[in-house]
Amino acid sequence: MYLTKEQQGLLDGKKGEIMAKVMKTLVMYGDAFDAQNMEPITGQYGHYVTSAGMSAFGAVYEMLQQLIDSGSVSSQPFTADPRPIDPKVPLTEAQAAQLKEVYSSQEEYETQLRALGLLDEDAFTCTCYMDEVGNIPQKGEILSWAESSAVVYANSVLGARCNRNSGIIELFGSIAGFVPYFGLLTDEGRRATWVIEVKTSKLPEAQLLGSAIGIKVMEEVPFIKGLDKYLGNTLTDEVKDYLKDMGAATASNGAVGLYHVEGLTPEAIEPGNVLITREAKTYVIDDAELNRVRDSYPCIWKNPESKPEVCLIGCPHLSLNQLKVWTDRISEALKNAIQKEVTIPTIMSAAPAVIKAFEKTEYAARLKSMGVVTTGICPVMYMSNPLCKINPVVTNSNKLRTYSTARYHTDEEVLGIITKGV
Amino acid sequence: MRVFKGRPIVPGQARAEALVSKKGFNTLASFETGLIHGDVNATCGDQNNSDLYGKPMHEKALCIPLTIGSTTGGRVLFCAASANLQPACMLFAKPIDSVAAAGVILSDLWTDAKMPTVDCLGEEFLDYVQTGMMITVNSDGTVIVE
Repeated sequence: MYLTKEQQGLLDGKKGEIMAKVMKTLVMYGDAFDAQNMEPITGQYGHYVTSAGMSAFGAVYEMLQQLIDSGSVSSQPFTADPRPIDPKVPLTEAQAAQLKEVYSSQEEYETQLRALGLLDEDAFTCTCYMDEVGNIPQKGEILSWAESSAVVYANSVLGARCNRNSGIIELFGSIAGFVPYFGLLTDEGRRATWVIEVKTSKLPEAQLLGSAIGIKVMEEVPFIKGLDKYLGNTLTDEVKDYLKDMGAATASNGAVGLYHVEGLTPEAIEPGNVLITREAKTYVIDDAELNRVRDSYPCIWKNPESKPEVCLIGCPHLSLNQLKVWTDRISEALKNAIQKEVTIPTIMSAAPAVIKAFEKTEYAARLKSMGVVTTGICPVMYMSNPLCKINPVVTNSNKLRTYSTARYHTDEEVLGIITKGV
Repeated sequence: MRVFKGRPIVPGQARAEALVSKKGFNTLASFETGLIHGDVNATCGDQNNSDLYGKPMHEKALCIPLTIGSTTGGRVLFCAASANLQPACMLFAKPIDSVAAAGVILSDLWTDAKMPTVDCLGEEFLDYVQTGMMITVNSDGTVIVE
């Protein structure tokens, strides 16, 4: 790999042993993909994937402390994934105690994040690209981000350029100020090797469609046809919400870092942009295929016939628009069911800044009066609590289903469960 | 016995029993529960992977197409290696993905763990190798399956 004089100096230890090790890691990482050079980061902010102070991750805290002690901190402020704990979230005494034990390093870890360059105290969300949060990269900007759902959104919906970096590597890029140039940073790496033909009878459930695509194409780039029929050709708030949820499922059920949607996403609407490779394979998704994919999901509840006890919505975090839509839908469904409150504890996750904005609207009081809790926590981290994951939990998130014992249901089914108990 | 030649990402030698997944390996889903509970066998917790679910991964030759899922994957692998719960080696049929590459490189440079890693072994490798077969990995990326 070609290195500038300054970069070679870092590798040779001119800024100390730890910085040299950071640089060596980035060079080895780039060499694995035949990167020819390092590319300067041009995005204003970073995004860091892990914000959970799990006691099991002691090695990470030791490494971060080495970075801090040597002055190797991020050259740009960064947002970070959601926190695991919020006293507002209903837990039994035993669950709360267990949660504190699992995340016993939380305080120490957040201190480290602040020292490394955390943007602010509200910066904890997987949807850092929401208007209310403000970490919104521009088209073409080079990023050093991790968090699979944020990376795929930044690449696909915003047109920024970022590889699916792992946790720690994204921080190393932010510390160095550059990243190895390969993969999704390059024009060639952004061309689609799969064509997805959506031939369903109606707009597919976003997280079910994303799951089917992710399982099929794994790490490759899909070009999706047939969705603009339902979504139109403008990136409205509703469309962006759909793409956020679909993308999160492609990235968790597979390893998709970028997708294009015909007639809709930034690179797909550029005139003359040849985005599909000649050798691209085709995957047709119709109603039967979506049913087949859904039927393949295992249910690992101890008793699959159990009645759901908790509902988690907001993985990835909900937008302001989604919080409002859910409020109206629950309100209407409860009215029809002649109920005043949801039938099981229902927890909706969103970015702290989004919740603050939501609380300024009349919707917030309505949602609260129906018994729904809004929080900034990560639903996956909630389910990492051994005393939470043994309960029958339902969710509309295919991402959460992938990483936990939660059972997946469509939005409509979830609505029925929380308002009618079925 | 068959010999396959791949590209060494982290060169090294290993000899271990194969543990094979035909599906993408979800690193977070596979390792998280074991790490939380300090499971010395690193039992795979990914319920979506019927090839691996419930099987010990520690000291096995993990044979996979590539890794999928959360970008915490590399960090999780690094933590597994720091706790000495890593597989004996990681063998990829496809070119390694960016999350896995980060994990094996961080493990190599920032821990004392040894986890030789070879990629580009080809689909034929994954078609041939079965869980329980004996694997020998050499530093030049040669993988012997018996």
